[in-house]
Amino acid sequence: MSSRSLFLAVLLREFKISLTQKTDIATIFFFFLIVASLFPFAVGPDTGSLRTVGPGVVWVAALLSSLLALHRMFEGDFIDGSLEQFLLSGEPLVLIVVSKIFAHWLFTTLPIVILSPFVGMQFGISSEASWIMALTLLIGTPVLSLIGSVGAALTLGVRSGAALTALLILPLYIPVLIFGVGGTVAALQGVETTGHFSILLAFLCLSLALCPLATSAALKIALE
Amino acid sequence: MRFWKYSTPQNFYPAAKKIAAVFFVLALCFGIPGLYIGFFVAPTDHQQGEAYRIIFIHVPAAWMSMFIYVVMAFWAAVGLILNTRLSSMLAQALAPTGALMTFLALWTGAFWGRPTWGTWWVWDARLTSELVLLFLYVGFIALRASIEDPRRADKASAILAIVGVVNVPIIYFSVKWWNTLHQGASVSLTKAPSMASDMLLGMLLMALSFWMYSIAVSMLRVRKIIRDRERNSGWLNN
Repeated sequence: MSSRSLFLAVLLREFKISLTQKTDIATIFFFFLIVASLFPFAVGPDTGSLRTVGPGVVWVAALLSSLLALHRMFEGDFIDGSLEQFLLSGEPLVLIVVSKIFAHWLFTTLPIVILSPFVGMQFGISSEASWIMALTLLIGTPVLSLIGSVGAALTLGVRSGAALTALLILPLYIPVLIFGVGGTVAALQGVETTGHFSILLAFLCLSLALCPLATSAALKIALE
Repeated sequence: MRFWKYSTPQNFYPAAKKIAAVFFVLALCFGIPGLYIGFFVAPTDHQQGEAYRIIFIHVPAAWMSMFIYVVMAFWAAVGLILNTRLSSMLAQALAPTGALMTFLALWTGAFWGRPTWGTWWVWDARLTSELVLLFLYVGFIALRASIEDPRRADKASAILAIVGVVNVPIIYFSVKWWNTLHQGASVSLTKAPSMASDMLLGMLLMALSFWMYSIAVSMLRVRKIIRDRERNSGWLNN
């Protein structure tokens, strides 16, 4: 099987599975909305303070939703044995992993990215800065999914897996969070944002090159 | 001498006891003069008074916390690549000491910060990175603890340690950048004041002492790990 058709076949499979799990995906989407909506109650409805915390809140909410969705990435396949079949198929596991991570991002996180500018505007962030925030999320959230895939694979079939994944992965999310929020804040202050985007793209390249390798190694360990 | 002989737990077990004893003695040899210089010889700092003396614990602990993480990741990687059990056991034995050093660095840092900066905690780049390092250690220990099969735990935690080691510099520089952006002039630790040679000597002795202590205590811990894992293999009871 050529690399491209393998990639697309896994993607199509993930899409079909996602269609049967629509409520799961909707839950993650509404989780994002609810977490973001909690903050005005916590810091008060004053527009000034909401605008200050806005970019951080939207980013943290997106980050937590991405984390919440991580267990979906491999757990189903691990339990029903498909993961073992992937490994036995002789096709490169790394490519299957990349496809699965991409599918996971596409179906659980992309809807959040699309919604994020509107949530940003709720926090009093100007529409222009809100779009830039959506752009930082568009580049940053795939990095989160890539890093997260390592944690999801390492904790397969492990006691209290979800909490453990959070513990392993959240510290590694910090750089992405810093530059994602930094880019948005720079846009709010009318400062040049190119540097933030360059660094976010660098993170994306680096994690795209390294994380799938670590994830496939971890999956092989889990299946031993 | 056949060095590789010691790469099996069975041969390393008795050797670890001797190594531990030697390095405990060394830790005392460096630690006692280090503390004496730190508390009695080194001059009082004209800005910070006596409070600065906590750096004789704080700085060695901070150095060791970072160093041990790298060593731990190294042994974990060796265990993963060469499939040697003892390397993974060493990594496992180093983790709690590393976490302890990180915690000590944070705790003594808070004690130093209260009289000097007037606050227990600031979101300074170094403090924040050290906190993240503590999380990385805790993650490593927690992942190990939650996997039943020790060999699978070895390999999974090795991957985590390698991922961590790649990330540590990225995290450090991100945090540093974030910190300079947000609180320009609140506290600056970067320009180190010229240090009296007694202070430097005391600190180096203490650092050596911490280093020797870490080796000694990891050797004792590796012995316990070997006892746990090899309890059914027979040679232990002879």
